[in-house]
Amino acid sequence: MNLKSTTSSISDFFYARPKLKYYLPQALTIFFIVFIFGYFSYNAQVNMDNRGIDFGLRFLGEESSFDIQFTPFVEYDGTKSYATAYLVGLINTIIVALIGIFFATILGVVIGISRLSPNYLIAKMSEIYIEIFRNVPLLLQLFFWYFAVLRTLPLPKDAVNFYDISFLSIKGLYVPRFIWTNGQLFLTSIIASIIVIFFLLKFFKKEQEQTGKQYPKFLISLTIITVLPFLTFLIGGVSLDFEYPELKQLSKTIYNFKGGISIIPELMALALALSLYTATFIAENVRAGIEGISRGQKEAAASIGLTPGQTLKLVVMPQALRIIIPPTTNQYLNLTKNSSLAAAIAYPDLVLVFAGTALMQTGRAIEIISITMLSYLSLSITISIFMNWYNKKIAIKEK
Amino acid sequence: MMKKLTFLNPSRENLNLFILAGIVLFGLGILDTVLNSLFEINITSFLPRWLNYFTPLLFSFIGLHYIRIEFSGITKLDQLNKNINSNWFNAILSLLVIFILIKTIPGLLNWLFFDANFIGTTKEECTGDGACWLFIRFWITRFMYGLYPDAEIWRINAAFLMLIGTVITAFFVGPKIKKYIIIFLLFIFPFIAINLISGGNFGLVWVETGAWGGLSLTFIVSIFAMLFCFPVGMFLALGRRSSYPVVKYASIGFIEFWRGVPLITVLFMASVMFPMFLPDEVFMDKLVRVIIAITLFEAAYMAEVIRGGLQALPKGQYDASKSLGMGYWTMHLLIILPQALKITIPGLANTFIALFKDTPLILVVGLLELIGMIDMAKANPYWLGFAIEGYVFAGAVYWIFCFSMSRYSQNLERKYKTDR
Repeated sequence: MNLKSTTSSISDFFYARPKLKYYLPQALTIFFIVFIFGYFSYNAQVNMDNRGIDFGLRFLGEESSFDIQFTPFVEYDGTKSYATAYLVGLINTIIVALIGIFFATILGVVIGISRLSPNYLIAKMSEIYIEIFRNVPLLLQLFFWYFAVLRTLPLPKDAVNFYDISFLSIKGLYVPRFIWTNGQLFLTSIIASIIVIFFLLKFFKKEQEQTGKQYPKFLISLTIITVLPFLTFLIGGVSLDFEYPELKQLSKTIYNFKGGISIIPELMALALALSLYTATFIAENVRAGIEGISRGQKEAAASIGLTPGQTLKLVVMPQALRIIIPPTTNQYLNLTKNSSLAAAIAYPDLVLVFAGTALMQTGRAIEIISITMLSYLSLSITISIFMNWYNKKIAIKEK
Repeated sequence: MMKKLTFLNPSRENLNLFILAGIVLFGLGILDTVLNSLFEINITSFLPRWLNYFTPLLFSFIGLHYIRIEFSGITKLDQLNKNINSNWFNAILSLLVIFILIKTIPGLLNWLFFDANFIGTTKEECTGDGACWLFIRFWITRFMYGLYPDAEIWRINAAFLMLIGTVITAFFVGPKIKKYIIIFLLFIFPFIAINLISGGNFGLVWVETGAWGGLSLTFIVSIFAMLFCFPVGMFLALGRRSSYPVVKYASIGFIEFWRGVPLITVLFMASVMFPMFLPDEVFMDKLVRVIIAITLFEAAYMAEVIRGGLQALPKGQYDASKSLGMGYWTMHLLIILPQALKITIPGLANTFIALFKDTPLILVVGLLELIGMIDMAKANPYWLGFAIEGYVFAGAVYWIFCFSMSRYSQNLERKYKTDR
């Protein structure tokens, strides 16, 4: 019996039994998955028994006894638990991801638009920027900024001085800290003005749709958001003080800044590398989105007398956004995941603090790596959900 | 009022005058910048500081304004105006770009080439202000081959020469032989290469994977990961579109899991967590574990790219092949996948480039490829302070490979483009 007749007899066999054909492969898949998981967990059990470790998350409550260099928002020192250390790491990851997303978006949109500029020089420069930064590994860029550029900054003693307010040195960027009295009122006023602007914009839009009358939306919103918080200074008893960083002599030769907010060089390098790298991809998305809009749209816009700026803002961008958003979501996700490269330059993010130091101290590989991976998974899912919501909001609503 | 100021508005009547004035002013601005940034001569230093800082911009801006004459009849001028000088905003942007270039390019070139040191073997011979390329020269063997024993390096060279040789021959032979060459490359060559590089038989000395490193390790990891992740990704993509719910959701779960976590955690998993999952007597080399991890990670991305191609195919293709009596596998292998893969060439190339760029990350688990080796070399007490040279070198190497890969994929895309 040759091969061909064997295969045909097999397919005949399954053809006669459609139910078997439907269930057998699935049963095999389940069996395979269960087998792999079972085998792995059995081995893990045996290995942990041999080493006298028990599986569990109780270690999270234990004292961590290591220090973290950068702990904004959370009170942390060595006496706090591993859970607190985890929280610090997670917050640091989120901070750098948010900063990176913010700058990458701005830079990406600017570069993407200028890539299509009629100005040859600008378009060429944008292209060169994109081709250089896109084709070099992120890790290398990170090392370059951290070890090569930021390390050449002066010592705190002769730091770069920005009008005595901020100082840039090898220890990082020191900026003044805001000290608010009645800060909550100020915050409330900003939130209130945002709500007011939101409803005003809705009203303006309705007016424009019904009567065709246009209001200076931008000016009015700007006025509201500056005047209302400003009023709290005048009558609400809000005041703002600055705590300026000052150069202190720690020992005979060691100087450092005290006071203010310090932005550590690791954070700067990471934010720089992440935004410069991701911006290239966002720029390409923006370009693809704008190029995806048919010429007719631009010509139609020009023929009813819109300026190039208005065409971009009112006609091209709203349509291009629909093409731009989905791949840009992916870039945001990539940026968040890439922020884990922080571990390579010792920025205390989730990976370094938890999957690095904590893992080294406790030796609980399975629990810690799983928690870390799950944290990133949930971060990714959060961003996806948010961006999907935004994408749905701006999608074409067909009537 | 405006009538009197006609000399401010360039027109075609006094074309030559305006062009002359424009060129003179523009040239003056450029000259000012050049002198200022290259020879540190400030020809406008008699002006107050806040003003002479902006004089180049001012001069050349007025100059560009004067030569902005529409339909001047001079082709070159019209083209110039169209490209860099279409309105005042573009003129300022162009000027800024030109000034930035004048300020940075000469310094950069000086550092890279003219003031740099190329000849010599010791640090002391680096006397110029520019880059000290001796650092690279001295460490180049390490950068390329890692800690691989010097006497055995020919084995790595042989393996890569063999690869390059077969690939080049594949380009020049007919499709009949090409088929066998591809089979050789995919199924036989990997074993030859691994045997050659790791040794241990045929009279070759065993070199443990811990000694592998440098650029050759980058290639070993990325080539093997590419080889394996392609079929895995293809199966996952097919699985995700399967009509069996179990297969479908298992694939979705697998893909979304790997896409949701960063590569670093995957590598940590491979290096610390995975050994716990194996019985004590089974030992798996760290490099193998890392390659498996990268493979699974990139396979998930690959699967999504291929799925995009599968979805883009018109349903008629499926219907037609089914109506010819093809089964699932015949249909996919002969009809669907060839077309889907063709559509996905750019995506596949991007995934491969991403994989290549991700390989340096293996340094977090202690495998030192090119960037890891540079990190080691720059920490050498004798060679301190040459970080920039090392990173620029590595950047150039990576850039060349990634850029040529992306250009090659664009070529392929054009070559296989069949308009429907």
